[in-house]
Amino acid sequence: MNEILDWIIHHSPALIVAVPLLGAFLTILIGKIGPRIRNVFVIIITAITSFFVLLLANYVFTNGIKTYVFGGSSTSIESSYAIRILFEIDGLNAFIAIIAAILPIVAIIYSWAFMKEHTGLDKYYTLILLMTAGMLGMILTGDLFNFFVFLEITSIASAALIAFYLHKANSVQAAFKYIVISAIGALFLLFAIALFYGQYNALNMAVIANNISFTFIDKIALVVLIAALAMKAGIVPMHMWLPDAYGRAPASVTVVLIGTTLASLYGLFRVIFTIYGNHLFTVDSSQIALVLGVLIIILAVVTIVIGVFMALKQNDFKRMIAFAAIAEIGYMFLAVGAALSTYTFEGSSATISASGQMALKGGVFHIFNDALDVGLLFLVAGAVYYAAKETSLNKLGGLARNMKYTTIFFLIGLAAVSGLPPMNGFASKLIIYQSTFQINPLLAIVAILCSILLLATFVKVFYSVFLGPKLPKFSGVKEVPKSMLIAMGIIACIIIFIGLFPNVFVENIVTPAANALQNATSYIGGVL
Amino acid sequence: MFEWFEPLIKTLTTDSGFWNPIVWGIVFIITFLVVYIIRGMGKKEYKKNTGQTQVFLSGNPEYEKEKMHVPGANVYWGFTEALKWLYKKFDKMHTGNISDYVLWFVIIMGIFLVIMVVI
Repeated sequence: MNEILDWIIHHSPALIVAVPLLGAFLTILIGKIGPRIRNVFVIIITAITSFFVLLLANYVFTNGIKTYVFGGSSTSIESSYAIRILFEIDGLNAFIAIIAAILPIVAIIYSWAFMKEHTGLDKYYTLILLMTAGMLGMILTGDLFNFFVFLEITSIASAALIAFYLHKANSVQAAFKYIVISAIGALFLLFAIALFYGQYNALNMAVIANNISFTFIDKIALVVLIAALAMKAGIVPMHMWLPDAYGRAPASVTVVLIGTTLASLYGLFRVIFTIYGNHLFTVDSSQIALVLGVLIIILAVVTIVIGVFMALKQNDFKRMIAFAAIAEIGYMFLAVGAALSTYTFEGSSATISASGQMALKGGVFHIFNDALDVGLLFLVAGAVYYAAKETSLNKLGGLARNMKYTTIFFLIGLAAVSGLPPMNGFASKLIIYQSTFQINPLLAIVAILCSILLLATFVKVFYSVFLGPKLPKFSGVKEVPKSMLIAMGIIACIIIFIGLFPNVFVENIVTPAANALQNATSYIGGVL
Repeated sequence: MFEWFEPLIKTLTTDSGFWNPIVWGIVFIITFLVVYIIRGMGKKEYKKNTGQTQVFLSGNPEYEKEKMHVPGANVYWGFTEALKWLYKKFDKMHTGNISDYVLWFVIIMGIFLVIMVVI
């Protein structure tokens, strides 16, 4: 038994991508047998994938970095460069992979009832599994070109799913915008990869990180990578595709889209802290680290403020959550920028200050919380649309009388995303507030004020959608089917669990991820 | 016996403070009980199915249900009206035109590039 488990753990990096990829193509065939068998098959595939992710994450959190080489037992290093493609998993990508594994499970359970009335569901589930494979590939890979390939797989599958409501012009338009933006982002990413390859004759992240000499071309590559990945992550002012895509895609797809956005954010962190980490945080480059930190803080503050203000103004349920999601990404970015700006130097070694370390922990913790909180709110929006066939806040009202459980899930999501105690969002935002306050009190003040506005935004939704008199046109509205409630319930339970026991989560999962961010040398050591 | 529970209730320490939801929960329950007791001491003059339960709009008749509900666009109207100047700028930014989306990307990349090259 142990031998089998060891074998699974050893090959888990490959299996995590291979299982959903194979499952995606088999779904079409299984779908010919019948929709029920197909639905069971898809959930089994995602459950197996998640099981492998959890096994791998547990291994990484216990034993440290895991490197998996494709097509051989060693990386074939000659003159300090790796020949083979490899996956390298440290605390950071293990952490992000857990999020990417949870979201598709919830989305698929939710889809059973939510998408039941639609045709083309074989293709729908195939694309969801392709998205999952691409997302997990982006997260686990240790090769930059491989990252680009998985990014493309994810983008194409995502665009097709955003346009799933083909009869709605807005959905097709949103998908078109998404694919154009993704293609431009991917092209620039490829350009940066070409710059690295031209200079260092390598595509492996660890090898590039080891050899990087911070030439003028490296600076160009850094700027291009930051801009391209920040656009894919939805940082203001490159965020405009996000409300279109999140708002027009089916709610179950939006939940997985959140994962792909976070995978891009992961890529951004990997570039800054790992590929450039060893060179950026030296005495010679200390000025650059500080300036980069300040630039990221500025973008983060703009992202939070514009995200919140635009959310407050929206009258479409899903579009409002999409803007709130942008603001939430700003909080993560703020924490990372704050951490970057606090590097101190003793001799030739760079160390991050205590408040910077705490900010980094808060930022990483918030990645997980954001995926859950925003994901739950999108599922609630989908449930409201399913029941009332309406998403306009001007037309909805009084639904709490008909949809009691959905209302409770919305309140949990509202409290969590606004950072109200004792929900998970409070724990991560508290860490971000306190650490950024020590770096610059003004940052904490802006962050807290925007959180209050975020609460006001969702109070508006609560009032407009759920409170008020029972409207005659919604008198026939019923609570959504059980599978949708179960999907929302799973996320709500995780939110409450993390909210009640944040320390367990921070100590065992968040801290290894934050430490991995600060330790580029270990990542390089995993290959060289 | 309850050793497994110990790590769960450990306090989350931040750099300059701490957070323990269990302590918060206990404080919340105590506060709730105190409020509930004080509320119980209040006057009990509420009578169901009497004029007390009717909607009172300065003596005007009640509108039909759909007209009674304040739609989302009217919530925080004062806030958005007061910040109209700001929202006009934000709206101008969100054109929905994909060329503008790409333009913003190029602008940000250009700003980053200039700053990084200058350093």
